[in-house]
Amino acid sequence: MGMTIAEKIIARAAGVDTVKAGDIHTVNLDRMMSNDGTTHLTVDMYHNKLNHPHIADTKKMVFIVDHNVPADNPKTAASQKKMRDFAREHNIDFWEGKGVCHQIMMEHYVCPGELIFGADSHTCTYGALGAFGTGVGCTDLLYGMVTGTSWVLVPETIKCNLTGRLPEGVYPRDLMLTIIGTIGANGANYQVMEFCGEGAKTLSVNDRMVLCNLSVEVGAKTAIFEADEIALEYLKARGREPKAVFRSDADASYVKEYTFDLSEIQPVAAKPDFVDAVVPAKEVCGVHIDEAFLGSCNNGRIDELRVGAAIVKGRKVSDHVRFLVVPASQEVYLQALEEGLIATFMESGAIVMNPNCSVCWGSCQGVIGENEVLISTGTRNFKGRAGHPSSKVYLGSAATVAASAVKGEICTADML
Amino acid sequence: MGQTVIEKIIAHNIGADSVKPGDIVTAQVDRVMLDDIMIPFIVDKFKEMGFPKVWDPDKVVLIYDHLVPASQQDDTRHFKIGDAFVEQYGIKHIHRSDGICHQLMTEAGYVKPGDVVFGTDSHTTTYGCVGAFSTGIGYTEMAAILGTGTLWVKVPETIRIQIDGRLPEGVMSKDIILRLIGDLGADGATYRALEFCGSTVEEMSVSSRMTMANMAIEAGAKCAVFTPDEKTAAYCGIALDAFQRQLVGDADAVYLKTMTYRAEDFEPVMACPSQVDKIRNVSELEGTVIDQVFIGSCTNGRLEDLQAAARVLDGKQVAPFVKLIVTPASRKVYEEADRLGVLRTLAEAGAIITHPGCGLCCGRTGGILSDGERVVATNNRNFLGRMGTSKVEIYLASPATAAACAVAGKIVRS
Amino acid sequence: MEQFTGRVWVLGDDIDTDIIIPTEYLAMKTIDDMKQYGFSPLRPELAAQIREGDIIVAGKNFGCGSSREQAPEVIKALGIRCILAKSFARIFFRNSINNGLLLIEQPDLYDDMKEGDTITVTVNQDVDYQGKTYPIASLPENLVEIINAGGLVRAMRRRNGLDQD
Repeated sequence: MGMTIAEKIIARAAGVDTVKAGDIHTVNLDRMMSNDGTTHLTVDMYHNKLNHPHIADTKKMVFIVDHNVPADNPKTAASQKKMRDFAREHNIDFWEGKGVCHQIMMEHYVCPGELIFGADSHTCTYGALGAFGTGVGCTDLLYGMVTGTSWVLVPETIKCNLTGRLPEGVYPRDLMLTIIGTIGANGANYQVMEFCGEGAKTLSVNDRMVLCNLSVEVGAKTAIFEADEIALEYLKARGREPKAVFRSDADASYVKEYTFDLSEIQPVAAKPDFVDAVVPAKEVCGVHIDEAFLGSCNNGRIDELRVGAAIVKGRKVSDHVRFLVVPASQEVYLQALEEGLIATFMESGAIVMNPNCSVCWGSCQGVIGENEVLISTGTRNFKGRAGHPSSKVYLGSAATVAASAVKGEICTADML
Repeated sequence: MGQTVIEKIIAHNIGADSVKPGDIVTAQVDRVMLDDIMIPFIVDKFKEMGFPKVWDPDKVVLIYDHLVPASQQDDTRHFKIGDAFVEQYGIKHIHRSDGICHQLMTEAGYVKPGDVVFGTDSHTTTYGCVGAFSTGIGYTEMAAILGTGTLWVKVPETIRIQIDGRLPEGVMSKDIILRLIGDLGADGATYRALEFCGSTVEEMSVSSRMTMANMAIEAGAKCAVFTPDEKTAAYCGIALDAFQRQLVGDADAVYLKTMTYRAEDFEPVMACPSQVDKIRNVSELEGTVIDQVFIGSCTNGRLEDLQAAARVLDGKQVAPFVKLIVTPASRKVYEEADRLGVLRTLAEAGAIITHPGCGLCCGRTGGILSDGERVVATNNRNFLGRMGTSKVEIYLASPATAAACAVAGKIVRS
Repeated sequence: MEQFTGRVWVLGDDIDTDIIIPTEYLAMKTIDDMKQYGFSPLRPELAAQIREGDIIVAGKNFGCGSSREQAPEVIKALGIRCILAKSFARIFFRNSINNGLLLIEQPDLYDDMKEGDTITVTVNQDVDYQGKTYPIASLPENLVEIINAGGLVRAMRRRNGLDQD
């Protein structure tokens, strides 16, 4: 019987010809990523719990400081120092303040066909390049670091067939939030979402990252696109070669199939406090906001900055709104400087921060206070995610967020 | 008898022909600066005092800078209280994310030569760069000014600092003020005014003068002042009037003392942990390994500072495992640095560029360090625990020196 | 003449406002929330050890640094009755007077003082430490007025007719 892309990647990593959903296999990991959210815990375990601490292959490891950067208190500073010292001692690739981990991984490491563990739930982003990336805890990461291997339960795959093309003013984020609203917050638990169809061909690697990144919000183990010419072009431009290019067999088995017609997608928003509380954006228009956030591993790339800048150009951010603009990486920041987008944001009165996780992570910068409301392009709107437990987070597209920042209340771009 | 610059400003303010050190006078306040950290306390005290209105809403400037962007859940409460105060009392000037208070007060034209200005931050001494008498006060006194428009002032004695000649390559005004603080000691100018003069300061940009006036407080000074000149006028966007033109120390004015320096004798220096007056030549400290560099603050976060750093960093990379954090002093500085390609140069060298604000200097976020770490910073204080734990070592330096250290990963001369 | 006796904590030269109350805690809602962090960079245990009526004796330039009025307020809230130092920084001095925290300059006491001993202060006159007398100066008149009013807030309330003399 045929295999899906995800199954083929696992088979390759396990060194076997075929795998099927439900099998457990020992796999060789191609890469492991760990950020400042948990690396200090992994390092502690490495030093304290192991009889013979060593690292299987330091070349497979990437450490990235992105959550609280630059450090906001002595505690995070100490965690980061532990991580930095360990990276230096063991010659591990180390990035600090250069962007959100997943963006850096996509820009510099991820290759089609790879199996990658990341100690962060949004590691599923890497499916945009036809890699199998998934989030793990720090114990799993430590095991992987020491042995170079891990075990995986082969997940079932859900087929998401995309047709048509997104209308003007509607973005991949609207599409993915719509999908999440349809499938539900645990609708793909432990499964792989495979995006395919003619609609997929209309999406850039950036767009695909938006989709894959949020797949964990429906509980998916990961999400994946076939590494087509668009993906290979992205890779080539960065001087990398695919590890293996897989496509799903015609007779591969799927646990479920959905079809989404891109041309029918409309601007949407997720209401507090659930990512799947998705409604047409028009339904939440008029909600007073205190802060707006354009950034994150989901929506802080050049495409989204262009969308946001076009909306605020020649306009001013509302007096009572703090509009945080946070490029996803230094590369994105430099590109945005070059294109004049940063100048546009600064002129509008936005707060442009250094590349990092920012308020999506809810500590460190842009934290919102008691009863405040944030509209965000971040990944989550859980209770208290962005600050005070009584605060509220709405999720929307870059266009909706930028328009809302100008208006001082939630609105869609066409309402300005 | 002659008058010093500060004596002339105070006398003019109270409508007297002259004043002398030790006189206690009631000054009519020309402008006040309120910052975000203090605003809840100012509002509380103001209400408790029972004033029905603010004496002159046009003379009040409220600036959010220490808490931008908010790093803790209660921070935004300060913005809510500030916004409500502005609304209720009709305050005319508020900046919510435009940069550091002291930078904005001069840059946005709130302070003019000869003005008497108070602010709820100790570095309010900065406005002496345009020939104003300005100093920091607490929130209770600020509340009283908001109600009365006045404050009692003891006329300070003046220390005159004369510097002539050309500074050597790689030496900035930061090196001068650090050396001076070292010579005076951290309390050497307590209750006194510093008056700068000589060809070196006449040649300096207003930005360079700001660096020096800003740090006068680190020698304990009540204020520091430069004679306003054509550069000042251009910076402030005004023509100097007759009063402003004569703000120069008279030949027969009485000074507590005069300190004389030759510009050629200065060299790059640092204030070593953890005293602002523990000054060493950079050459004596060379080789000391560092973990982080911070370029920013009301002392040294201006365009010329970023340009000095960019000249050093152009085409180079920050050393591995070393962080370089750049926090421009204001939105305008950021925008100009962007336009001139300075941000690009810094970012390409690996700098982490943040939004304008107090950033790391005020020690709430923006690059806090951990036990045993060492930072070279361009700001004004290296107090114990200012940037993290008390086991963090802070070295204060000029932007040129700081940038060179970032590239080398250790203390070096630029 | 007002007189009081108290146990002494000895601190050094240049005790800055960041030591007295670090910026990290400045945005807390009340002085009572902050006071537990008083002096934490230098002596983290000190705030809990200070008792009502204790006295601080310090070297030169006490209170240098920031204009943060939380500094004298925290010291007062911890129960410190007065501070005797070789010298005080200017803004801190004003802020203390405005909050009714008594500051006294005394050039010699610090060099002799041993922590934990008690001293007796006679305001505007002298300090007695183990039988040795250290003279102290009187405050300027305009400051005495503020202190006599009970601080600047009270003085302004009187001015605005909210409180009686």
